[in-house]
Amino acid sequence: MIRSSFAVAMGVVGAALLTTALAAPAKAEEPRRGGILNFAVGAEPPNYDCHANTSFAFTHPVRPHYNTLLRFVPDNYPQVEGDLAESWEVSDDGLTYTFHLRQGVQFHDGSPFTSEDVRATYDRLRNPPDGVVSIRQASYADIESIETPDDHTVIFKLSAPNAAMLSNFASPWDCIYSAEKLAEDPNFPRQNILGTGPFVFEEHAAGSHWIGKRNENYWDPERPYLDGYRAVFISGAPMVNALSAGEVLAEFRGHSPADADRIMQQLGDKGVRQESPWTCLLSVALNVQKPPFDDIRVRQALSLAIDRWGGAEALSRIALVRHVGGILRPGYEYAATDEELEALPGFGRDVEANRAEARRLLEEAGYPDLSFTFTNHNVPMPYTPVGVFLIDQWRQIGVTVEHEQLETRLYTDKLLGNELEAGLDFACDFMDEPSIQLIKYISADKSAINYTGSIDETLDRLYEEQSRELDPAKRRELIREFEKHLLTQAYQFPTIWWHRIIVHHDKLKNWHITPSHYLNVDLADVWLAE
Amino acid sequence: MFAYTIRRILLMIPTLLGVAILVFLMLRLMPGDIVETMLREGGGNVPAHVIEQERARLGLDQPIHIQFISWFGGILQGDFGASMWTGKPVLYEIGTRLELSLQIAIMATILAILIALPLGTLAAIFQNTIVDHVIRVISIAGLAIPSFWLGMVIILLLLTFYGWIPPLTFTSFFKDPWQNLSQLIWPAMAVGYRYSAVATRMARSSILEVMQEDYIRTARAKGVYEHLVVARHGMRNALLPVITVIGLEFAFLIGGLVVTEQVFNLNGIGRLFVQATTRGDYTMIQGLVLLVAVTFIMVNFLIDMLYAALDPRIRYK
Repeated sequence: MIRSSFAVAMGVVGAALLTTALAAPAKAEEPRRGGILNFAVGAEPPNYDCHANTSFAFTHPVRPHYNTLLRFVPDNYPQVEGDLAESWEVSDDGLTYTFHLRQGVQFHDGSPFTSEDVRATYDRLRNPPDGVVSIRQASYADIESIETPDDHTVIFKLSAPNAAMLSNFASPWDCIYSAEKLAEDPNFPRQNILGTGPFVFEEHAAGSHWIGKRNENYWDPERPYLDGYRAVFISGAPMVNALSAGEVLAEFRGHSPADADRIMQQLGDKGVRQESPWTCLLSVALNVQKPPFDDIRVRQALSLAIDRWGGAEALSRIALVRHVGGILRPGYEYAATDEELEALPGFGRDVEANRAEARRLLEEAGYPDLSFTFTNHNVPMPYTPVGVFLIDQWRQIGVTVEHEQLETRLYTDKLLGNELEAGLDFACDFMDEPSIQLIKYISADKSAINYTGSIDETLDRLYEEQSRELDPAKRRELIREFEKHLLTQAYQFPTIWWHRIIVHHDKLKNWHITPSHYLNVDLADVWLAE
Repeated sequence: MFAYTIRRILLMIPTLLGVAILVFLMLRLMPGDIVETMLREGGGNVPAHVIEQERARLGLDQPIHIQFISWFGGILQGDFGASMWTGKPVLYEIGTRLELSLQIAIMATILAILIALPLGTLAAIFQNTIVDHVIRVISIAGLAIPSFWLGMVIILLLLTFYGWIPPLTFTSFFKDPWQNLSQLIWPAMAVGYRYSAVATRMARSSILEVMQEDYIRTARAKGVYEHLVVARHGMRNALLPVITVIGLEFAFLIGGLVVTEQVFNLNGIGRLFVQATTRGDYTMIQGLVLLVAVTFIMVNFLIDMLYAALDPRIRYK
């Protein structure tokens, strides 16, 4: 009796334990400290100055050495959190930004970080001394003054409200430099690395690799988890092979669908694939100073001819484009919805009706057999497939196009020069912020990256108004108006937005894809499994 | 001989001057601007005055003749200037890559000699036999197969069957010979095979020609063993054209292996050449062209000296 009762009791206990074990949630992996992350970078930075660079070739190896004032939350874009700023306040009128800085932060040479370093950095950004390049100077034109009431407070006073300001402070390009070093030599960062970031600079072997090692005095004692990293400068097929063999664990820009499939096939269950819409776009730029593109009917016809919805689906299988959108990335809070898009010229779903209208416009304009040269960049992905797609679409309305693919230097030269007829332009910035994305479309005498030569005061006015508008609903209306006007004038019109695919080894943990390949590359939060 | 050597060295100067002028002018005739490429490559909204400022910093706003005098004057003092892209000295950028390119060239040359001389000799001795036919097939295949394609096949085979690829970054032989050779043996084989094909064909035809000479018949008539006839009498005379071919190929390997370097991800002179050209890095391209010109001139000179050493009939005045 006792024995059987005991057995029953043990059985009940055992069942209870089993049930508990099965019902309990799986324990999240604990970050593991240690290891060197090897990853690939497709190109090499020309110099070491954050403020003077524009390419992922810079951010991927160099950013881990620096902090910025704010940063985008790695797994919750576009939310912003403090990096060197612990907290901040923005005045109701949007003219004063007060940042409270972290204490106990040091530069890699042991010197203390204070508000003076922030002031010196932003002075350099907005008013670069002679000989210093600040690519994003215009983004800080509204900063009227920078005050540092104490070592851990910095106050930015603006001359006018700026809806993009908080995003600008989170820009990955706004590396905080040492005021002392800048005073000695304003171009110190060009050839020297001295930051407060999670990794200390160790080595740059020109043409080969870049090494960073853990900052043992990092202000976040829990971070970084890695002992260090090694960025190997490798691209193309060798990079795919290196990923497949596990010689590098990741490449943080993006892969074509074919390369991603191949790497996944080789890695098998050791591969992790992450995908996201991308803040990159190829758009058709028409030189409005050159006939026939000075005729709005011709421009509209070329936009109407493109079946963006069908093309997106087809091209997404072979190229890293996928999403149909207007002037802002689809899915972004200020981007047009599909319903809004379909009402815009060139985005309607009835392709045949659009093309009939396009042929009519060309006939009316006197160009029924239009032909021109289309200038493209000789980069296979995705420029070539998008270029070929566009030429095919224009052929459907009787337009003959010569596809001119040029290498980088000649392509840039052609876009900037008077010889351009039509070209495939690109935009790929660090975030969706309209004041950054829309600058391409304002008048050519105000925007150095408007290659169409267009002058349009309506667009300039709307751009200025939306950049000052702090009410999201009103701002959205202004952006819609800007978009409609631009797409009607068709100086420049979008093709298909890019789609980002990252395949990495599953040893790499806690790295989250974002819509921009310039973000989430400081490696502070990632770790390596055993 | 001394006078000849001095004369050859002095003749280098007008040759290099001509090369320098030619490359300098040709670069500036090409469209494109390194500053625009550097600052606008990522789509940055860079104001025009920043572009002009950078052009001025690089001296690109100066008249062409001023730019040339400034640059060539530096060359004469051993200063090849700084890369317009990285700002680092041209000699530093070349120097970090030269060891790798030199090592591949040397390894490929050694492989080529080890393959070409025996095979070329055997093909000549056993002319029109199965041995000759097999060797000719091997050498023709080497001529027909691009070395970069062979390199790609090697990499894919290693990856597919062993899940392994050669190390991605260069380690000096003097630091870690095993790591170094495990990276460079593969491109050396891919390049050396093609290289040996050229030399094998040349060795075969050269030896065949020499073996028809009277002194060879005399040696045989005297009862000299056949292998000594070939080695002592035949090879030495047959080597001269083979040396020329090997020497010129060696010079080409310094800076000529663009695609092979890309396939194996080698940080060599060839890749630097392509990068500099793509970017429009004038000072770098000029420095590299001069380097290649000097290499060719020196190799030609050394070949001529070797000729004199091998053939006592050749004496330079």
